[in-house]
Amino acid sequence: MTNRRQFIQSMGALAGMAALPGGVNLAFGAGKEPIKVGILHSLSGTMAISETALKNTALMTIDMINAKGGVLGRPLEAVVVDPASNWPLFAEKARQLITKDKVAVTFGCWTSVSRKSVLPVYEELNSLLFYPVQYEGEELSQNVFYTGAAPNQQAIPATEYLMSKEGGGAKKFVLLGTDYVYPRTTNKILRAFLKSKGVPEANIMEEYTPFGHSDYQTIIAKIKKFSAGGKTCVISTINGDSNVPFYKELGNQGIKATDIPVVAFSVAEQELAGIDTKPLVGQLAAWNYFQTIKNPQNAAFVKMWKDYVKAKGLKDAPVTDDPMEATWIGIHMWKQAVEKAGSPDVDKVRKAMAGQTFKAPCGFTVKMDETNHHLHKPVFIGEIRADGQFNTVWKTKGPIRAQPWSPYIPGNEGKQKL
Amino acid sequence: MPQFFLWFFLWAIFPAHAALDPATLAPFAGDDSTLKAAWVTQNAQNPDPQVDAIYQALSDDSLLILPDGSLTIFDGEKYLDAATGAPLATEPESTDGVIVNNLLRGALQSAIALRGLASVDPAARLTAADALKEAADVSFLPALEAALAKETDADVKEALSRTTALLQLASPEQATRLAAVERLAVSRDRKIYEALLPLVESESDPAVKTALAGAVREIEFRLDIANFFTNAFSGLSLGSILLLAALGLAITFGLMGIINMAHGEMLMLGAYSTYVVQGIFREHFPGAIDWYPLAALPVAFLVAATVGAIMERSVIRFLYGRPLETLLATWGLSLILIQAVRSLFGPQNVEVANPTWMSGALDLYGVVLPYNRLVIIAFAFFVLAIVWFVLNRTRMGLYVRGVMQNRPMADAIGVPTARVDMMAFALGSGIAGLGGVALSQIGNVGPELGQAYIIDSFMVVVLGGVGQLAGTVVAALGLGEINKFLEPYAGAVLGKIAVLVLIILFIQKRPSGLFALKGRSADT
Repeated sequence: MTNRRQFIQSMGALAGMAALPGGVNLAFGAGKEPIKVGILHSLSGTMAISETALKNTALMTIDMINAKGGVLGRPLEAVVVDPASNWPLFAEKARQLITKDKVAVTFGCWTSVSRKSVLPVYEELNSLLFYPVQYEGEELSQNVFYTGAAPNQQAIPATEYLMSKEGGGAKKFVLLGTDYVYPRTTNKILRAFLKSKGVPEANIMEEYTPFGHSDYQTIIAKIKKFSAGGKTCVISTINGDSNVPFYKELGNQGIKATDIPVVAFSVAEQELAGIDTKPLVGQLAAWNYFQTIKNPQNAAFVKMWKDYVKAKGLKDAPVTDDPMEATWIGIHMWKQAVEKAGSPDVDKVRKAMAGQTFKAPCGFTVKMDETNHHLHKPVFIGEIRADGQFNTVWKTKGPIRAQPWSPYIPGNEGKQKL
Repeated sequence: MPQFFLWFFLWAIFPAHAALDPATLAPFAGDDSTLKAAWVTQNAQNPDPQVDAIYQALSDDSLLILPDGSLTIFDGEKYLDAATGAPLATEPESTDGVIVNNLLRGALQSAIALRGLASVDPAARLTAADALKEAADVSFLPALEAALAKETDADVKEALSRTTALLQLASPEQATRLAAVERLAVSRDRKIYEALLPLVESESDPAVKTALAGAVREIEFRLDIANFFTNAFSGLSLGSILLLAALGLAITFGLMGIINMAHGEMLMLGAYSTYVVQGIFREHFPGAIDWYPLAALPVAFLVAATVGAIMERSVIRFLYGRPLETLLATWGLSLILIQAVRSLFGPQNVEVANPTWMSGALDLYGVVLPYNRLVIIAFAFFVLAIVWFVLNRTRMGLYVRGVMQNRPMADAIGVPTARVDMMAFALGSGIAGLGGVALSQIGNVGPELGQAYIIDSFMVVVLGGVGQLAGTVVAALGLGEINKFLEPYAGAVLGKIAVLVLIILFIQKRPSGLFALKGRSADT
């Protein structure tokens, strides 16, 4: 217990954690060495908005696993570090987790740039990272398990939906994003996809804005102009904060979801909690999970999070979203794999992860692919409601396999597995 | 007469007062939204009041599917049969909501609007006619023509004739099409332009084709003019935001010479004050919630001014004349303020809603002017007037200028320089607080809000010429306009870079900014 206590003291700012039910660990874990688990999420800086909720989800899941007897009879011990939204610091902290704290596994990262920053560290030191956020694909590593969506599990189905009669039969597409690797790569894939569907070049408009951009007047004027002569939709990879001024401007300029629908890949329930949702009603988002999905697993998950936020006095919104679900799935699957392997050893766990299944809050049994380290996930498309939740308007029949190397990018054939 | 036949026809296919046939409602239990939307459109002219009930239920998500596939409406207390409106004999154990997506919502809005045209209230008819401008089904045409024929209100007539003309574009009669094109050619609406554009290609009749091409050209010309003014307005709006963000800094940095890195946090405190005031109004005065931004103004000013005064007394006053240390100390203060707010309110952005009078937009000859931006432009000039008045027409302003120009002399003739410093810094901070209220209405409110504006603020003050209020104004508005006229060509990312390059070149030519101070004070 001294370790945990020291750790809590060192994380003075996270006062809410002081009440972790450590007593439970003592009850069963006495004499057994805990398994250390690293949590690598930004708790300060720009990404804190999104990542603190994931850190707390991970801690909640670990508490729950410990309360049920831990893994292989050993309690899990979370080692939380703060890479402060600073990409090189991610690599440093990852190295510290692996070499100094000797964690068996790490759950963490949000932006693709942070993942790219830590990747060489995990490969060099042969440790495991579970990455819980939807991303642009074009990557595969022995040392990473991707529990978020690949482009074919989010971006492509959403675009197909917009092109369908159901979704409004869009003919013209605005690819709008923040200027960094995830939107650029996603839009590259989408552009190739649209071309393969016979959409002419002139009907695709691609626009980028800097991080934290807040003035969307010109872009919306441009979208209006572009929308002449065909049903138009906006595919938004705008990240984080900038979404608020974007949607506000759309609303004030009188563009409704019925005129020009916007589908977003980075707006989930946690983000909507900080937004006035009135002007957003009817706008779309594509994810692999919504809080409104009805099934017993999800009901339990949502309730557990709400209780946890309340009990710990957390500042996170008491709503669940896709990356949180992916974190939850990741930790559980890792636990199952450790139990199957009989040890938290990296190579044994990696082998045991293949084909691992888990009954997820999204209402399906998701499976870790045998070859490509990605989950088979269902896709949901939802419309934003006035209360900041999503109405599912379309979903896949079942989980679909990830294609991390998009077939729409030339040269990717045959790269689908490790 | 045709009207009579129409109603007779409707009466024949929809026997009045009889309940709806439950079988026709079956699509609502299914997954296909196109079938649901088709039902909504087909029944738009069905006089059965139960149709209204279903429309209403669809609008507020209270149309539910029972386990056996039949439909029910939950009116908040009891479950009613969707087809007859009679209460259900037994309360259902479980229900599933009918999914309403954009397709269905669009059909629903236009169907409800069509029924709204029958209202006796002209205002309600106008709302309905405006809604029909968005979308109307071809099957509505006879009903619309009938409504247009007996309409008396000019505005409603105008809106209806537009919608009717749009639908008549698909008429098989050459004369009707031609008349419709002529009717629409006077428009300055992008929607009409979008509707006409593809028809130029597909039209077979040469006369109509010529008319269409002419109409498209005319509307395009009007749209281009509107576009120019939209850009000019966007630039003015961006300029007014830059001005609000920079005005406080024009005092603390411009006049007092303090490199105040915590300026952005004063904006942030103003925005959070707005958030808190909004919360208090929601809790205690929900009736007056629309006026909370006005109440937030004095609160934000006082909060930011107080924090500013404390900062000046506790840290900055020891560092006058040491710009590097001031820079570091104020940067440290900014980090402390950010973390304090993060600990107090959480790392997430908080929600600050626009009051209704700041939502929506004014459509001026096709130039869309959002109300929140209009209000902020007016507010920026209001704050500017206050700052100008305080600095140039009050004793305190005189002291501030005196102390800044020649401190020992002001001291010698009995000006309490230390207090003036504090007051001036508090004023600058308070003005930044006011700016924060305005920023909360257009962007995000989060602990890092200030970081997004600090660079822009310094840019404006330096470009304008340190110590010059007029320079700050010209620089802010100029930067706004340049930015907005560059952006459509260069894109947001390159546009921003281009503006920065321009500023560097300009500062190289004129290091002291647009309005350089002349005379002795410029050297100190």
